[in-house]
Amino acid sequence: MTRSAPTLQPASARFAPPRGRLPRPGARSPHGAALLALIALAAGAAAAPGGDGARERPRAFEGATLLPIDGPPIESGVLIVSAGRIAALGPAGLVEIPADAERIDCRGLVLMPGLVDTHSHVGSPWGADGSGPLQPEVRALDSIDVAEASLMRARAGGLTSLNAMPGSGHLIGGQTVYLKLRRARSVEELCYRFEDGSAMGGLKMANGTNPQGQPPFPETRAKAAALVRAKFIEAQDYRERRRRAAEDPQAEPVPRDLGLEALVEVLEGKRMVHHHTHRADDILSVLRLAREFGFRTVLHHVSEAWKVPEEILASGAACSVILVDSPGGKLEARDLSLDTPRVLHAAGVPLSLHSDDFITDSRLFLRAGALAVRAGLPREAALEALTLGGARQLDLDQRIGSLTVGKDADLVLLDGDPLSIYTRVVETWVEGQRVFDLDSPADALYAEGGPGAGDPLPPVSCCGPFLAGQGGAR
Amino acid sequence: MSARGPDLGAAGDAPRRRPSGRIQLAGWLAALGLALCAGFARGAAAPQPPAGEGDLVLIAERLHLGDGRVLEPGAVWVAGGRIAAVGAPAEIEALAGPEVPRRRAPQATPGLIDARSCLGLAGWLNTDHDKDEVDGSEPLQPELRAVDAYNPEDPLIAWVRGFGVTTIHTGHAPRALISGQTLVVKTSARGSWENALLDAEAMISVTLGEYGLAQKAAGTRAKAQALLRQALLDAQAHAAQVASAEPGAAIQRNLRKESLARALAGEVPLLVHAHRAHDIWTARRLAREFPGLRVVLEGAAELPLLLDDFARDPLPVLLHPSMARPGGESEALSMGTARRLAERGLPFALQSGYEDYVPRTRVVLFEAAVAARHGLPRGAALRAITLDAARLLGVDGRVGSLEVGKDGDLALFDGDPFETTSHCLGTYIEGRLVSDGERR
Repeated sequence: MTRSAPTLQPASARFAPPRGRLPRPGARSPHGAALLALIALAAGAAAAPGGDGARERPRAFEGATLLPIDGPPIESGVLIVSAGRIAALGPAGLVEIPADAERIDCRGLVLMPGLVDTHSHVGSPWGADGSGPLQPEVRALDSIDVAEASLMRARAGGLTSLNAMPGSGHLIGGQTVYLKLRRARSVEELCYRFEDGSAMGGLKMANGTNPQGQPPFPETRAKAAALVRAKFIEAQDYRERRRRAAEDPQAEPVPRDLGLEALVEVLEGKRMVHHHTHRADDILSVLRLAREFGFRTVLHHVSEAWKVPEEILASGAACSVILVDSPGGKLEARDLSLDTPRVLHAAGVPLSLHSDDFITDSRLFLRAGALAVRAGLPREAALEALTLGGARQLDLDQRIGSLTVGKDADLVLLDGDPLSIYTRVVETWVEGQRVFDLDSPADALYAEGGPGAGDPLPPVSCCGPFLAGQGGAR
Repeated sequence: MSARGPDLGAAGDAPRRRPSGRIQLAGWLAALGLALCAGFARGAAAPQPPAGEGDLVLIAERLHLGDGRVLEPGAVWVAGGRIAAVGAPAEIEALAGPEVPRRRAPQATPGLIDARSCLGLAGWLNTDHDKDEVDGSEPLQPELRAVDAYNPEDPLIAWVRGFGVTTIHTGHAPRALISGQTLVVKTSARGSWENALLDAEAMISVTLGEYGLAQKAAGTRAKAQALLRQALLDAQAHAAQVASAEPGAAIQRNLRKESLARALAGEVPLLVHAHRAHDIWTARRLAREFPGLRVVLEGAAELPLLLDDFARDPLPVLLHPSMARPGGESEALSMGTARRLAERGLPFALQSGYEDYVPRTRVVLFEAAVAARHGLPRGAALRAITLDAARLLGVDGRVGSLEVGKDGDLALFDGDPFETTSHCLGTYIEGRLVSDGERR
């Protein structure tokens, strides 16, 4: 890792903004820059030399408009990152900048928490196969390829955490995996973990038309519900038998069943059910099952949630909403409405937005928030639905989703208002490491598209980046 | 004799094209000149005919004319469905007189034009009952007419109309070697929609690359091209036979050959979908082989790879939607291609394209906005869904810009039309309100 004299690093220097946008760092005063450079040089002279890769210098992001999400915006703010966490934030002048901090000039930019996508298929996290409609034993973890270009698209969109899910062609499609978008090669290095160290995720379920098919798949909604209920009852029985076997040394041991194990995690509230559902009656069917078996659930897509917001509120379920540019495409999405986020928010239902990449593009995830605002969702609620709302639905709100002291330093730097179509994601940071840089031609390719944008990322070797300018471990 | 244009039925056939806009422009200029002279002579407002449907004065703080110019503020007077005057609000209001209803909006543009979609054939529910955008029984079916399938009541037409889209080029999808024809129509749907047609037989949809292949019938690109070229030659021979026949001689009519003969005669362009670079070359090779044939390129994801060569002998381009998802043959698709084409000076328009699932239709307003996000200047982005689109579709005599004599097609907005958080406040076609705001 190079150790040069610390200087102010402009976060990005791109082409001039169109009229109406925030000014670029290049517009800063030369006197201010010189003064800050002097301070930084002095600080650098006093800084401890050397240091191993594990002890990163703190970083100070200076001058951006901070959007903490759990508090009001802070103009000309300072945010300090230390050991991968947010150490401090506040208005410039009120936040002490550590003497050894690497100082990053963010004037003219907006700094907000990295976005959280509760429903994504980047990395090809496919789960269940054609053998049957109920496959809780299958894990997206075992399928996903985190070197896929699609993860770079997610980083380019400002995403820092996402729920990688199997598809909706099954009643139970498998175990999802919550990923933190570090620049690393293996899914183990990206996945969040439960306290017991196992990969953290939810259970993907679906009703409506997608999981229907020829037997053994259900042909009707009633059959679908019966299959699911029978499976959950089997899991209840398995839990009971395992409990008895554990208590009684004389009892016949109960062999492990991977699928039933996952369902027991659901029954115990450890594993969230992420349930694809569109039509109002299908939404109510999910709530009926949740009441019967006591599982926690996030309802996904919910095209017709605007018809049943009170019922959803009463159930305690959260909603993760997709916004697409037109209704229809299939029968159960005919009444899909851009109004859904506004209606749910007004009713008090916990809300997030999702991309369902590649149904919509992770690179345009911020646009989903703007579409919700177009249809009347308040601006602050939209920004929360892209960040903290999703974090809560993934049980990760203690760690991510807002600019809060102690949370992970997962950040996104924007060159304008997050809800403006002209705004670009300039940089994306995970745990204080930059994972996307629009100024890097290699990264910019993934952001805009072009030849090679579908290629997987080149490998990052143990001893540093394989190619210069890749971001990643420094 | 060869059939000219579609035979839409007995009485009240809609003509394939309306009279040239230039004639009407001259007429309106003359009328305007007389009115001005009359006004100056009398020193008071000349008597105006009573305002009826199709009469409107629109006043906007920012009036986008569609040709890149913006009046701040600006006004348009629409009389009898046609634009009678464009200019500063005080001047226009005086010309129009007090009887004409006023409408104000922060911003306004010409009615937007979707240069290629499958609206009205690719039904919104995507079921057997409303899925008419491609018939898989044969690979080459140029005789399939869009007019025989177009459903003006499909809710997605009202959907895009709500966002300011007033003219659409729609028809068969890029999912077969020759899937069928397209048409150009206004998005108003009251009564007999055939009166809203601008071009009943606009183009013939051809698909190169993986979506143009069809199992045994055209399993490889080379086979597909051979079938296509042979079909054109057969049409050529048929047309020659018809032309040289004795008057009154009985000629076996053939819809397929007749439609391709119209293409060879330059009357109906081939709309050729191609994303891969080598498929784009094939499209141009086809155009060169048949001199009278007009080829319009659509899709064109890999056009940036061959831009210099292409620019020397270009085809008109209907560029893929900015938000089209890269993958397969369009893996190299870039949201910055529109910017590159504009920098190179190549004429192009934007489209909503074809989607087989969700979203069932895209909205060209949003696609242009994302192109602007990636560096296409805003004026050029608006032109790509107004005047440039109209020119590429051959309908710029009637639509595409706020010019005297053109149709009074307007879209009203409460802010920058490209901002996701703005709203379309209303849509007018020929001076009549056809939408009272988006998503009503």
